[in-house]
Amino acid sequence: MNFFEITKMDENSPVKFMDYRKHTTWLSIILAVIALSSLVVNKLNWGLDFTGGTLVEVSFSQPADLTQMRTVLGANNFDDAVVQSYGTQEDVLVRIPPREGAELESIGETLLQLLQQEIDPAMEIRRVEFVGPQVGDELAEAGALAILVAMLCILAYVSFRFEWRLALSAVAGLFQDVLMILGVFSLLQIQIDLTILAALLAVVGYSLNDSIVVADRIRENFRLLRKEDAVSVFNISISQTMSRTLITSLTTLIVLVTLFFFGGQMIRGFSIAMMIGVVVGTYSSVFTRSTLALALGVSRESLMPPEIEKEGEEQDVLL
Amino acid sequence: MLNRYPLWKNLVILGVVLFCALYALPNIYGEDHAVQVSATRGGAITTQTLQQVETALQTAEIKPRGVTMADNQILIRLDSDEQQLAARETLMRALGNQYIVALNLAAATPSWLEKIGGNPLKLGLDLRGGVHFLMEVDMDEALNKMRDQMVTTVRDRLLEERVRYLSVNESEGTIVVQLRTQEDYQRAVSLLRNQYQGYTTELQASTQTLRLVMTEAQLQEIRANAIEQNITILRNRVDELGVAEPLIQRQGQDRIVVELPGVQDTARAKEILGATATLEFRFVDTKNDLRDALEGRVPFGSKLYNQRDGGQVLAEGRVILTGDHIVNASTSYDENGRPQVNINLDSAGGRLMSQATANRIGDPMATVFIEFVATGEKTAEGRIAFDRIEEVVSVATIQARLGSSFRITGVGGIQEAQNLALLLRAGALIAPIQIVEERTVGPSLGADNVAAGLTAILAGFVLVLLFMGIYYRKFGWVANLALLTNLVMIVGIMSMIPGATLTMPGMAGILLTVGMAVDANVIIFERIREEYKAGRSPQQAIARGYENAMSTIADANITTLITALILFAVGTGSIKGFAVTLGIGIATSMFTAITGTRAVINLTWGRQKRLTKLSI
Repeated sequence: MNFFEITKMDENSPVKFMDYRKHTTWLSIILAVIALSSLVVNKLNWGLDFTGGTLVEVSFSQPADLTQMRTVLGANNFDDAVVQSYGTQEDVLVRIPPREGAELESIGETLLQLLQQEIDPAMEIRRVEFVGPQVGDELAEAGALAILVAMLCILAYVSFRFEWRLALSAVAGLFQDVLMILGVFSLLQIQIDLTILAALLAVVGYSLNDSIVVADRIRENFRLLRKEDAVSVFNISISQTMSRTLITSLTTLIVLVTLFFFGGQMIRGFSIAMMIGVVVGTYSSVFTRSTLALALGVSRESLMPPEIEKEGEEQDVLL
Repeated sequence: MLNRYPLWKNLVILGVVLFCALYALPNIYGEDHAVQVSATRGGAITTQTLQQVETALQTAEIKPRGVTMADNQILIRLDSDEQQLAARETLMRALGNQYIVALNLAAATPSWLEKIGGNPLKLGLDLRGGVHFLMEVDMDEALNKMRDQMVTTVRDRLLEERVRYLSVNESEGTIVVQLRTQEDYQRAVSLLRNQYQGYTTELQASTQTLRLVMTEAQLQEIRANAIEQNITILRNRVDELGVAEPLIQRQGQDRIVVELPGVQDTARAKEILGATATLEFRFVDTKNDLRDALEGRVPFGSKLYNQRDGGQVLAEGRVILTGDHIVNASTSYDENGRPQVNINLDSAGGRLMSQATANRIGDPMATVFIEFVATGEKTAEGRIAFDRIEEVVSVATIQARLGSSFRITGVGGIQEAQNLALLLRAGALIAPIQIVEERTVGPSLGADNVAAGLTAILAGFVLVLLFMGIYYRKFGWVANLALLTNLVMIVGIMSMIPGATLTMPGMAGILLTVGMAVDANVIIFERIREEYKAGRSPQQAIARGYENAMSTIADANITTLITALILFAVGTGSIKGFAVTLGIGIATSMFTAITGTRAVINLTWGRQKRLTKLSI
């Protein structure tokens, strides 16, 4: 069954992906500029996990009147509170930015008591989170470190299994993935919490998966197709792996969409980040990485295993 | 050619799958409402307790589903949550405060499964509901306390030997002893020099000064002890709360994680856990006039305190006893029906108390309650600053020479007596602690999360199955079988590993592995299609498809595994849960997607010599 025409692509009629590499490079650059400027202008909407502060999620017995809530909170020393509805009409999220002064950890309780007395005695507490400023800083540091370490480890592993040009372009692709996700999060001002960090790392893993499959095929084809030049080897390899790339992206997107719709509010940011990541990751493993690898001068020679005689010689020396 | 696995290989695959399935099995039995009875410090669960429990339940006409005794605990399984609450009330009344009666959910795993170690998945706090606290220990205070104690010890020693000193003080971490004459100085040196473990002595004969400096090893030990003692005390306090499966763990240099599943009254939990209090017993200074002290002329060696219910008390400088000698404290009513607090001390505490009170019968004794309240500001080193608040909570007249057990009367209402007893009982913290992170998940949100996670997994799973079945036809259904096996294996392995907990991001991780696990099969099947189209025979196409896909799959999965490992290393709580499921999912998906599908394909098509078409 071939409902994807694209699955018919093979080495006899490859799509010349690399012919478009100038266009895609410009596209990548423009998107990167947009993402970067948004990061500079809008910044990221850091969530409680990283800024510290207090968050309270409550469920009222009736649809919540946010204006009334804001007035009540404003009149009771909570004028810094951010009130928003969360998921349903009854559910409300209140965020208090980090404060200076005593009794930080009891802000949540004070707030809950206030809401219970002033607004709805039958209110139900869904969630209370308090993160001290120090802990927030540490989490942010650990998160940035994690992404950096992950990229370095991957650089090392891919260099070891393939070679440095492919490794470098693979990591560059990862940068693009992460940048695009953060760019969208910055443009839409979606909160960055710890689950987003997990999503970023999962995207790193996923996107790399893609590029390794392509890289593997490129290496194989350099050996098999002695007559083709580098560009057409890339084209053929990308074409051959295209159906796999699309199908895997599709199945992953399927589960992410179900996660987005059924997985509940807390996991929504995670699924958005992953969906962007899967789409950008597919793009980057087809275009960005191949373009960069070609520009860095990947060739048949650089990907071939060392000559057999040479190994023999070394063994002689060792013996 | 034919595609065949040797029999042993098929058996191993089947064995591994069945093994995981067996351990995944406990998850389908659900959980019973239960009440858990355990003993407080010093108490023990005996068959007598068991009888007591059974009789109490019988009189209350509660019919438990089962009562078991194991690991110094009694577990009572009940049919409904109303019965559960009723049973707890009954047992609390029947057993008294020697026992902790906690609500719990007990796995309804059949006993044969339990015997071989089968347990259902442990759910994280975000799915179960409960409180997570991260607490920071104030080390400076621990050190200060040790130094103060040292000052007292040195003073006592010098007084005992009748060496007259100008002053014994603590300054910048060292204890400075200033002597009056050269003769006293020499005697002090011989008394104090290298006499105290953990301190080195520095001498300065010209000014008749002697310094005791804490060694680095001693500093380390105090820090380690402070954490240890805090953990022990927190554990006792958590016991007071009656939580079924608490987790109290050291994290890093000076932090402690406390997780209390199922706790809903977080305000009370915090009050009890966060009450960083110590106690001191001191004599009230009756020789000097309180009024003079109030006017600012506090006599040397005495100290002026505020009383909790108003007024002031002048107390002697000497501490009779500190809170860490307290073994137990409970409340009862005295002859006149007024609440009282009964206190039991350890033997050393008893000796101290007995010595101190022998000649002081009829004198008033003050109980000083010292609390550390975070100011919200930070010290120069970026630590949290604490205010030390000292208050007299009770003044009682010593009626007799006190020993290792005595009582305090006149403490106010029963509620206050209970609070005092609770704090006394839970011991005294060496170093104050401060909550630096709190995450509370209400029970309804936990249940919603479980429901949402399960729906998403189910829906995503079905959609992927349909897609694979339609796109790859019969081979797709083989992959689907592998996917199903993969899910069972993830659940089985997660249930087997004692430390693994399922969290909300963990559920997302499971679903994600479902989406990504098909990748291995997609790579293989695409390869088989290619080989088949390139003109190879169906059997050859299968063999070559698997061979060629192997290294690609391995490389791709190892890199994902790297990210999962890093996530596990830096993540906390629910994120760690994600990393765990992702890591396990990668491992099991490689097994099921490569070895598992190959075995099924070999068995189905591999033996057909005249296979001419592949349903792929």
